[in-house]
Amino acid sequence: MNSSTPAVSIDGVVKRFGAVTAVDGLSLKIQPGEVVAFLGPNGAGKTTTVDMILGLSHPSEGSVQIFGGDPRKAVALGRVAAVMQTGGLLKDFTVRETVELTASLFRPSRPADEVLDRAGILDIGDRMVGKASGGQQQRLRFALALLSDPDLLILDEPTTGMDVQGRRDFWNAIRSDAERGRTTVFATHYLEEADAYADRIVLVRRGKIVADGTAAEIKALSAGRTVRATLEAPDTVALAKVDGVDAVDVRGDSILVHGSDSDAIARYLLNHTSARDLEITSRNLEEAFVALTGDDALTPEGALA
Amino acid sequence: MTIATDTRRIPPFGGFSPRFYVLELKRMLRNKRSMIFTLIMPSVFFLLFGSDAEYRTERAGHGNTTAYIMVSMAVYGAMIATTAGGAMVATERALGWSRQLRLTPLKPVAYVAIKVLVAMTMGALAILAVFIVGNLRGADLPLWRLVLCGAIGWGCTLVFAAFGLFMGYLLPSENVMQLLGPSLALLALAGGLFTPLHNFSQGFQDFAKFTPAYGVGVLSRAPFGSDGSVGLALLNIVVWAGLFVAGAAWRMSKDTKRV
Repeated sequence: MNSSTPAVSIDGVVKRFGAVTAVDGLSLKIQPGEVVAFLGPNGAGKTTTVDMILGLSHPSEGSVQIFGGDPRKAVALGRVAAVMQTGGLLKDFTVRETVELTASLFRPSRPADEVLDRAGILDIGDRMVGKASGGQQQRLRFALALLSDPDLLILDEPTTGMDVQGRRDFWNAIRSDAERGRTTVFATHYLEEADAYADRIVLVRRGKIVADGTAAEIKALSAGRTVRATLEAPDTVALAKVDGVDAVDVRGDSILVHGSDSDAIARYLLNHTSARDLEITSRNLEEAFVALTGDDALTPEGALA
Repeated sequence: MTIATDTRRIPPFGGFSPRFYVLELKRMLRNKRSMIFTLIMPSVFFLLFGSDAEYRTERAGHGNTTAYIMVSMAVYGAMIATTAGGAMVATERALGWSRQLRLTPLKPVAYVAIKVLVAMTMGALAILAVFIVGNLRGADLPLWRLVLCGAIGWGCTLVFAAFGLFMGYLLPSENVMQLLGPSLALLALAGGLFTPLHNFSQGFQDFAKFTPAYGVGVLSRAPFGSDGSVGLALLNIVVWAGLFVAGAAWRMSKDTKRV
C-alpha cells in the first residue's frame, strides 16, 4: 500500500437533493490507520457523506476517492466495508447463512466462524435472524463487514441497540484492528465513544466541517472555561469588559462568567469584587459539541480544519 | 492487514454463484407460506375441479379431461410460484436488504437472475406436484406429450417472474402477494385455466385473449392437439413478456440509481 495515498479523499463535495443542500463544500483527507469520529447533529450531512464514501450516491459537485480510486471499485474488491444504520437483514435466514451468503461474494473472504466469533455471535449462528435481538442483529452487520478483512471500515451509528457489554466488546474489536492498521471512520451520537476511541474528531454542521482535531483540541476550541462564583449584586457591565469574556450569566446569588482567559476572570473577581467560592470548569466534549454545532453557534470557520 | 491489496478480486458473473442460489432456495423451501401456495394449493384445486370420475373417460385431444385440467392447474401453480419469486426482490428492497447487498460486489442483474432462477425452480416444483397428484387420480396423456406440456408451461411462466418483479417494484411492501394472489386467480380464470373459455360469453372470450395468462394456458395445452390458436398465444406471450420485462427493467434502473 502506498502510504502517501489517503484512505479517504473528499474534495470540495456538494450534495443537493432538490432545493436542499445536504453537504455544502466538504473537503477531508483521512490517512491509512487513522480512527476518525464523524460527529454532528441530525441532518448535518453525516449519512449523506458516508453514502458518497461508499459510492451509494454521487456528489453533485466535487469528488470522492477511496485509496486513490473509485468508491464502488473499492467496495467490490472488499477494501472498504461498512456497518450501516439502514442496512436491512432477512428474518428467515439464520445468522450463519446470512454470513455465508455474503462470504460467497468476496474474493478472498474470511471464514464464517471467524467473523461470527469476532463479532461475539458464534453461539447464535443457527438462530433465525428474526429471532435475534436488535443488538445481535447489529453484531451480525458488523460480522458481515469483517468478511472481506477491509482496509477501511465505515460505521454509521454502529452500537445502536447494543447493551453496555456489547458496546465494550465491539470497541475492543475495533481498537485491536485499528492498531493493526485498519482505517476506521465512524459516525456516532455517543460523544463519549468519540472521545474514548477516536484519534481524530471531525465535527459537521449543515453540511460543513466546523472543527477537525483531537478530542482535546475540540474541547479547547469551544472557547475556554467557565468561572462560577458567589457574588451578590454583581456589576455585569464591568465584568463583560474583562479581557476575553464572552458571556456573563447571573443565577440568583451565583455568577457564571465564561471566557478564554479564566485566570484574568478569577483575578478580577477576587481583586475587584467580594466574590467567593470560586470554581473553574472547562467544557466537556458534549458541551463543545453543542457549542459548535448548535443552531446559534458562531461558526469558527476553518478554526482547526 | 492480512489480505494484500493485489490478491483482492471482484467475483465472477457479478456475484452469481451456485452457493448463493442454494442458500436462497433453502430459505424458500423453509417458508411455509410459499410451500402452501406452490405445492399444496394447486393440487387441492386440481382435486376440487378435476377429480370427477367422468373426466377420466372424457377425451380431450390426445389425453383425457383429467389430464387437461391437471396441466391447467400446474400452470396456475407455476404462475403463483414465479410471481411470488419475482415479487420477493421488491419485498427485500422494502426491508433494506438490497441496501445491505450494495455493500458487496453483487451486481443487481446477478441478484435478479438468482431470484428468477429460484422462482423458476419453485415453478417446476409446483408443476411436478400437480402432475404427480394428477397421475394418481387417473390423468391420461402420452408421456412425451405430458413432459412437453410441463416444459412449455414452465418456460412460459417466466413471463410471470417478470410480472412479479414489475409489480413488486410498483407496490413495494412485505405483503405484496396478498394483492397479487387474487389478481393471479382472476388472470387464471380469464386465461381459461380454471374452466374452458367456451363456457363464457363471446364478449368475455374475446377480452380474455388479451390477458396475460391466456397465451401461457393455450401454449402449454397445445400438446393435447388443437385448442385455440397457437400463433395468437405466442403473440400474447411475447407482448406481455416484453411489457413486464421492460417495466421491471425501468423500475429497477430507477431503483439502483437511488438506493
